[in-house]
Amino acid sequence: MIGQLDNLLQLQSEALKLRAQRQEVIASNLANGDTPNYKAMDFKFSDALRQAVGMPSAQGSAPALVQTSAGHMNAQGSTLSTVQLLYRTPTQARVDGNTVDTNVEQANFADNAVRYEASLRFLNGQIKTMLSAIQG
Amino acid sequence: MSLDKVFEISGSAISAQSQRLNVVASNLANAESVAGPDGKAYRARQVIFQTLPVGEQNGMQGAQGATTAGVQVAGIVEDQSPMRKVYNPEHPMAAEDGYVEMPNVNVVEEMVNMISASRSYQTNVEVMNTAKSLLLKTLSLGS
Repeated sequence: MIGQLDNLLQLQSEALKLRAQRQEVIASNLANGDTPNYKAMDFKFSDALRQAVGMPSAQGSAPALVQTSAGHMNAQGSTLSTVQLLYRTPTQARVDGNTVDTNVEQANFADNAVRYEASLRFLNGQIKTMLSAIQG
Repeated sequence: MSLDKVFEISGSAISAQSQRLNVVASNLANAESVAGPDGKAYRARQVIFQTLPVGEQNGMQGAQGATTAGVQVAGIVEDQSPMRKVYNPEHPMAAEDGYVEMPNVNVVEEMVNMISASRSYQTNVEVMNTAKSLLLKTLSLGS
């Protein structure tokens, strides 16, 4: 039962976690808008989410935990997913070697914040649905 | 939680930008200071920004180990460009040839620097506000 609840909420919670990470990356870009030689970074959300929820990807499936005693429970190991950060392709050259375009980053930041809230609402909806199913 | 780190990153940026604003204020205030504590004219100062890796990393990595980072001021350097010379033989600080050494502060450049610093400051405050409202909404999840 608990496992089913876990499965239900897994997708949205992983999405939420990745949105928070992306928020951090974009905040880092905005913070370093004036740092010489800083290169703006980002990651591909769809790929990261696919990897986080263990959908078939180039990375392979999650490793199962080894059971060496009869008392051990059967558990599927979670993928220790590493988000692959990529450098943004600069649109305009700057003399100081910095590739941050503040306008682009601000747009991405706002977009990501809204999507974070969307994930939050979906999660809230799912929790409410389950609560009403439990309490009647 | 990654959103906590947004505060760390933007906070470091705000602190760095305010330091830059401080240096700009010092330059503008001393744009006409003919003699400093060492008896020489004031030299313009500039801050040097540097990335500052934040906390322990949470499974994010890019090429050559690049990760998210805040900003720090690595140092403040004096502008080595030649001093401005003004011909004024009556001035007490004038040399034998009648020229007075004035600070090498470029007021226009400093004004541009000031606007740039305040814009960056505003951006980072906005980032922190957004992160704060997202965190507060996350705290009320399921209620």
